[in-house]
Amino acid sequence: MVGRSVELKTFSSRDIAWLAFLALLVAVPFIPAIAANSFRLHVLILILLFASMSQAWNIIGGYCGQVSFGHSVFFGIGAYGAGMAVVTYGMVPWPGIVVGMILAAVVAVIISYPCFKLSGHYFAIATFAIVEIFNRVFLVWDWVGGALGLDYPIIKEGIGNLMWHQSKVGYYYIALVIFVIIFGMVRWLEGHRFGYYMRAVREGQETAESLGVNSTAVKLIAMALSAAMAALCGSFFVQYNLRVDPPMVMSLDMSMKFVLITILGGAGTLVGPLLGASVLIPLQEYSRAIWGGLGGGVDLIIFGILIILMVVKQPDGLIGIIRDVRRWLSKKRTKEEL
Amino acid sequence: MPLLDVQNVTMKFGELVANRRVSFTVEEKSIVGLIGPNGAGKTTLFNCVSGLCRPTEGTILFNGENITGLKPYQIASRGAVRTFQVVRPLKDMTVFDNVLVGAFLKCSDNKRAFKKAEECIELCSLGSVKGKLAGELSIGGKKRLEMARALATNPKLLMLDEVMAGLTSTEVKESVDVICNLRQSGLTLMVVEHVLEGIMSIADKIVVLDGGIKIAEDSPERIVNDDRVIEAYLGAKYSQRYKSEGRVH
Repeated sequence: MVGRSVELKTFSSRDIAWLAFLALLVAVPFIPAIAANSFRLHVLILILLFASMSQAWNIIGGYCGQVSFGHSVFFGIGAYGAGMAVVTYGMVPWPGIVVGMILAAVVAVIISYPCFKLSGHYFAIATFAIVEIFNRVFLVWDWVGGALGLDYPIIKEGIGNLMWHQSKVGYYYIALVIFVIIFGMVRWLEGHRFGYYMRAVREGQETAESLGVNSTAVKLIAMALSAAMAALCGSFFVQYNLRVDPPMVMSLDMSMKFVLITILGGAGTLVGPLLGASVLIPLQEYSRAIWGGLGGGVDLIIFGILIILMVVKQPDGLIGIIRDVRRWLSKKRTKEEL
Repeated sequence: MPLLDVQNVTMKFGELVANRRVSFTVEEKSIVGLIGPNGAGKTTLFNCVSGLCRPTEGTILFNGENITGLKPYQIASRGAVRTFQVVRPLKDMTVFDNVLVGAFLKCSDNKRAFKKAEECIELCSLGSVKGKLAGELSIGGKKRLEMARALATNPKLLMLDEVMAGLTSTEVKESVDVICNLRQSGLTLMVVEHVLEGIMSIADKIVVLDGGIKIAEDSPERIVNDDRVIEAYLGAKYSQRYKSEGRVH
């Protein structure tokens, strides 16, 4: 973060790089090597989804500094919103997605209001408990399908039902739209008052308050935004898998994934969640494909080792390593010039 | 009507009484110095005014409004802003971003906030380090950052908690100049200070605390001749000798 520009952060060269990258992402399904192999497209869809989901977590966990292990609950609420609209009520998923997002934001505010009175590790511990509570409640709650979950019927494919059977290209573009919405929102926040307030609350709550920042309000709004975006990702996840049950979405495993992807990439940075997801998701999917017979979990072992190395060597994440390499290169260059 | 009116404020921490029935006023566009030996209750009084502590008893009026027991951010948004004696930079943000957080209180759009922050950075001579992370500044820089950040909120009353402590005498002079300039621009200041040479020359009024009790409230000229103040600072024995030797001012 050293030497970061102090000019108006409304538009910078970094944004141009992002736009170029997005243009590349739009073109990806036309690349023959990917179009011919649906597994590769599947990995890309998951990278986009988990980058978006981790970015949603990054709002409250990275920028605002409130580490939550409860985000699978909001992810799950979004998943059930879309799932129940289709399976239980026989509708298109869209109203369910909207209701899920609103509900996730409301639930997030209700459960985090008391939890924000706790600070640091205690907040994180409280959010652990919340995942367990929701998981158990959904397992026994018949209205939402209980332990059996919800299985999608085979209905007409297309954007209306948000469902495709023949190819994954439709899913890919929906994932890309979600990616643009969430990354775009975080990018906008970064350059505006609310973004600065979130970082001020992370760096020192009392200091922020002494400057007129209502830290409780900032945290609650950040949490609501984060939860609504998590629900959006959850609803896509259920449309993609065409089924949902409590352990699939509302589990500590899932929560951990969002947190670890962000930390691996670099918490509190725009590009961090994308970097983290681009490393973890291929690792997860390919190791599952190759060593699936070992009973699964190989990806988590490798990922655990990566996280340990990262925390010990470069707590700022992959983005920190990139920064170190750049600094080393520029030092080398100035030495050569001398 | 005074800008700040502290009435009979008592602050107890369990059995310890940090402030006992302290009353004083801060007039608009004046500089009020709050002095006293270590442990006299200066910072506690500051915490009560800025909302960090809720006074056990008493009332605090700001601009005619009762602000006793309001939250710190509510008091800050009403225009009473403080700095901290133990500096609290937002470490992982740049100096500029630190000041910008303050500036956003009164300027919601980016352009005006950026301009305000730029001004306050220049005023506190932080221009050369504005791109640095706040955690990397020297102690003098961090103290100036505290001031720039508070100034950026465009306060009516600026409360400075020992901004001169630990500075060299040149730096003290610089700070004194900044404070004088601020008063001229229409600001009211309340300054907790240990460095008496700094505060005595610029304050309109000095409030002296000792053991949590206000022992004097007067102009600086009369404060330096006040027996109780001399006793509090020098002790009874030295105060006797000081008197018998005759005072030179």
